[in-house]
Amino acid sequence: MSSTKPAGFISSRRWLLWSGIAALCAWVLVPIYLVALGALGGRQGVYQWPKTGLPIGISIDPFVLFLKTEGVVQSFLNSLAAAGITVALSILLGAPAGYALARYNFLGKDSYRLLVLLTRAFPLAILALPLTVSFIRLGLYDTVVGVGLIHTVLALPFAALVTQGIFLGVPKELEEAAWVFGCTRIQAFFKVVAPLALPGIVATAVFAFVISWNEVFAASVLTVRNRTLTAYLLTVLSESPMHYRFAGGLMLILPSVVFIFAVRRYLFAIWGISSK
Amino acid sequence: MKRIVSFGILASTVLAFASPVLAQTIFVSTQLRPIEEATVVREELLQDVGDVDYVVEEPPQFAVRMEAERQAGKHTVSLVGALHGELSPLADKNALEPLDDLAKKLAAGGMPQAVLDLGKLGKPNQQYIPWMQATYVMAARKEALQYLPAGTDVNALSYDQLIEWGKKLQEATGQPQIGFPAGPKGLMARYFQGYFYPSFTGGVVRTFQGAEAAAGWEKLKALWAFVTPNSTNYDFMQEPLAAGEVMVAWDHIARLKNAISASPDDYVVFPAPSGPKGRGYMPVVAGLAIPKGSPDKAGATKVIEHLTTPDVQLLTASRVGFFPTLNVKLPEDLDPGVALLAGAVTATQTSKDALISLLPVGLGDKGGEFNKVYMDAFQRIILRNEPVGDVLKAQAATLTKLMADTKAPCWAPDAKSDGPCPVQ
Amino acid sequence: MTNDRRWIPYLLILPSVAFLALLFIVPLVQTIWLAVSDNGALSLANADRMVNDINFTRSLRNTFLLTLMVVPVQIAIALVMGSMVAKVGRGRETILWIWTIPLGISDLAAGLVWLSILQNTGYLNSVLFGFGIIERQTGWLSYQTPVALFFAIAVAEIWRGTAIVMVIIVAGLNQVPKEFREAAEIFGAGPWTRFWRITLPLIRPALQSALILRTVLAFEVFAVVYALGGRNFPVLVGEAYNWQNQNQNYSVAAAYAVLIMVISLAATLVYLKAIKVDPERLP
Repeated sequence: MSSTKPAGFISSRRWLLWSGIAALCAWVLVPIYLVALGALGGRQGVYQWPKTGLPIGISIDPFVLFLKTEGVVQSFLNSLAAAGITVALSILLGAPAGYALARYNFLGKDSYRLLVLLTRAFPLAILALPLTVSFIRLGLYDTVVGVGLIHTVLALPFAALVTQGIFLGVPKELEEAAWVFGCTRIQAFFKVVAPLALPGIVATAVFAFVISWNEVFAASVLTVRNRTLTAYLLTVLSESPMHYRFAGGLMLILPSVVFIFAVRRYLFAIWGISSK
Repeated sequence: MKRIVSFGILASTVLAFASPVLAQTIFVSTQLRPIEEATVVREELLQDVGDVDYVVEEPPQFAVRMEAERQAGKHTVSLVGALHGELSPLADKNALEPLDDLAKKLAAGGMPQAVLDLGKLGKPNQQYIPWMQATYVMAARKEALQYLPAGTDVNALSYDQLIEWGKKLQEATGQPQIGFPAGPKGLMARYFQGYFYPSFTGGVVRTFQGAEAAAGWEKLKALWAFVTPNSTNYDFMQEPLAAGEVMVAWDHIARLKNAISASPDDYVVFPAPSGPKGRGYMPVVAGLAIPKGSPDKAGATKVIEHLTTPDVQLLTASRVGFFPTLNVKLPEDLDPGVALLAGAVTATQTSKDALISLLPVGLGDKGGEFNKVYMDAFQRIILRNEPVGDVLKAQAATLTKLMADTKAPCWAPDAKSDGPCPVQ
Repeated sequence: MTNDRRWIPYLLILPSVAFLALLFIVPLVQTIWLAVSDNGALSLANADRMVNDINFTRSLRNTFLLTLMVVPVQIAIALVMGSMVAKVGRGRETILWIWTIPLGISDLAAGLVWLSILQNTGYLNSVLFGFGIIERQTGWLSYQTPVALFFAIAVAEIWRGTAIVMVIIVAGLNQVPKEFREAAEIFGAGPWTRFWRITLPLIRPALQSALILRTVLAFEVFAVVYALGGRNFPVLVGEAYNWQNQNQNYSVAAAYAVLIMVISLAATLVYLKAIKVDPERLP
C-alpha cells in the first residue's frame, strides 16, 4: 500500500477489505449455522413457516435422540476405524512412493503419475460392483478393513503426490551431508528427513482421514452390518424426516470442522510445496 | 510419523475388534426402512425372539447383495424381508429355501390360503411367507373438502371430479394443491402400473400404447395442471402434507401414516380415483424368506413364526401401518390414523368398480427397467410435453424388447398370455 | 550417486503400484469390459443404449454447463480470497481456517445443508417472504424452475468446492517472492497490471493443479445434485448411479463411467497443454 495516498482513502479501502472478508466468512458459516438450527429444531422446527433464523425453540434433544438411534454410534466407530486403516495404509504405501518421486528420476515415473491421475478421473462408486464379488471371496466384504482398503485407493494417490512435495521441500543437501557423516540411507532418512517432513505427513494423514470419513458410495455397497457413518446415513436418511436428515448433516460436518482446525497451519505448507 | 501410523493401526484394530462378533440372526429387509420404523422393528416387534440383527437395505442394494452372496457362495444373511416382486428374482434363481412346513402351520393358524399361495411365486414349493400387506390410497386435509365439487362422494371419486377439485383448490389458494410422490425414491411408477393404466385401459402391458392409453395420458395432463411441480422432489407424501405444501396426495399407506397418525382429525383418507375401466388398485405383499445357505436357519424360522403371530401382526399394523396377512380383525382402539387408512383400504376393495392390479412378476432383475419405461413416458409426456403418440410408440418398443428378454407372461389385470406378455 | 542404485525407486513405488493394480486396475478393466461387451462379445450395444436414453443429452449438457459455470467462479472467488488475506496481518489464521472448513464437508452433507436453506419452508423463502418479495412459499428446486435449480446446485457446489481451490491458490501466492511485486510497484504498475502481469503468471502451477483437480471433481458431481434436485437435474454420474442401482443394468452404468473417465482425462490433457508449466514444477 502506497503511503502517498490520503489517509481517508486507505481506511475506506481497509473497510472494504474487512467487509469483504466478513461477507466471505458469513458465506461459509451461515449455512452451517442454519443446518444446525434444523438439526436442533426437531420435527416442529422443520414445518415452521416463515422461519426466523433465530435460535428459538431449539434444544439438544432431537440431536440426542438421533444419536441414540440404533446404529448411529456403531457406525460412527466404524467410520473412525475405516479412516484409521486408510490413514495407516495410505501413508505406509504412499510416502515411499512420494519419496521416490521426489528424489529419483526413473523410467516409468510419468506412467506412475498417469496411474495416479487415472484414479482421480474415474468415479469409484462404479468399481464397487466388481469389487463386491471379489471381496466376498476374500472375506473382506462387510468388514471395516474392506472399506479401509477401498478408501486407500482414493487416498493413496493423494498421499503419494503430497508427500512428493513434502520431500522435495527437504533439502537434498541435508540428506547427502548425513551420508557423508556415515549414516546409511535408512538412518539418514529417519534421522534427517523424517523429522523435517513430519508436519506435512501429519497433514497428509488428516487429509486421508477426511477422504475416508466423507466417502459414501463404495462404503454403502461394500457393507451390510458394519456400515460407516456416511453409508448408514445414506440408507436411512433419504427416507427419514427432514430433522433427522439435518441432524445427520450436522454430525457429518462437526468432525471435519475439528480436523481442519487441527491442521490449519500445515494446509498451505503442503500445497505450497507440492505445487513447486 | 511412526508413532502416528502405529497409533492409526492400533486404533483401528481396537475398534475393529470392539464390534462384537456374536452368533446373531441377520435379518435383511427392504421394508420398514425409515429410521423411526426400523427402531419400532428392533425395539418392539423383534423383542424376545433372541438375538436378531435387523438390517435395512434399499431394494437395488438388496438385489446386488443377495446376488453377490449367491455367486460367492458365502452367506451372512439368515432371513430376508422384501416385497413379492423383489423376492421373485431370488426364487427364479432357486436361491430360497422351501418353507412348506411353515406354510402348513400358518394355514392352520388362520392365514388365508389365497394369501399363502402368493408366496409360491408360481412354483411347487412355498418360497416365502406373506408377512404384511399394504396398498396405496389418497389423503386430503379436511379444509380441502369444502372445495370438493358439488355432489361428489370422496369415496367414489372419478378422474374428472379430481381434476375439477384440483382446479377449485388452485383457484381458492392460488397454488396447485395436489401432490404425487414422483421424486427419485417415490413410488410413482406403481401409480402408473397399479392405478393409472388399469383405470384407463384395463391393462398394464398389453394396453400400453392404445387409443385408451393416449386418452388417459391426455387426462393426466389436464390433472397435472393442478399438481404441484414440487411433486418430482417428493419421495414420501406425509412430509409435504404435514408441512402444508399440498392438501391432496396419493401414496403408499406406510408413507402417509406419520402425517395422519400425528393429527388424525385433520385428514380424510379415501380410494384413488376411477377411470373408464374401473378403479385400479394394487395390493402390496411383503414376504419373509430364508435364503439357501442361510447361516442360522433355526433362528430365521423362529423370527418368521414370531412375526406371523396375531399379536405381533396387530402390533405391526398399529405401529408402522402395514396390515396383517393373518385373518385377524383390527381392534377398535387401534391408532386412529391407522384406522383411517384401514377404512380407505376397505373402501377401495369394496368399491363396486374396483379393479385389482398385481405387482409385476417374472421380470427378474429387470424390475427397475420396467419402472423406467413408465417413468420415462411420464417425464416425456407430462414434464416435457412431447407428443403422446410418439412417446408411447417409442416406449412401447422398449417395453416389447423388455418383455421378450424376460419372457414374463402377463399378470392381472392384463389377460393371460402364452409367451411373453405382448404389447398391442 | 543415486544412479548406481536404480532399483531403489522401483522398490519404493512397488507397494503402491501393487496395491493400485489389485484394487484399481483390475476392477477398472472389468468395468471397461462390461461397458464394451454384450453377452461376452465385443459390442457397442451399451453405448448405444446410453446415447439413446432420454436423459443422456440432458445429463451431458447439464454436467458441462455446471462445470463451465462452477469452476471459473470458484477460481475467481479463490483469487479474491487469496489477495484479501494477503493484506491481513493479525487474524489471518482464523480467517483461513473458516474459509477452509468446507474442505472437510462431504458432498452429501453439503447437499443437506443447502436443502435446509432452499426447500419450500426453508430460510431463503422465509427471507424473501419477510421482505415481501414473494407472497407464499415458492419452489426453487422443481422441474418447472430449471434455471433456479441450476443456480441452486451451482451455489451449493461453489460453497463446498471453493475451499480446495483457495488452499492451492493461497499456497501459490505465498510463494510469489515479495521482490517481484515491490519491483513492479516501483516501476509504477497499478494493482490490476500487477495482478495480470506478475501474480497470475507466477501462480500458474498452482492454477493448473487447481483447475485439473476441480474440473475432474466437477465432472463427478452427484450427491449435491441428488440431494437438491433428485431426478430433475440429470448429471452423468447420477445417470450411472441410476442405471446401476435403480435399473440394475451394470453394463450401461459402466458405459457412463467410462465416458466420464474419458471426459476427465481429456480435460486434464487440455489444461496440461493450455497452461504451460515448467516440467520441474508439475505437481
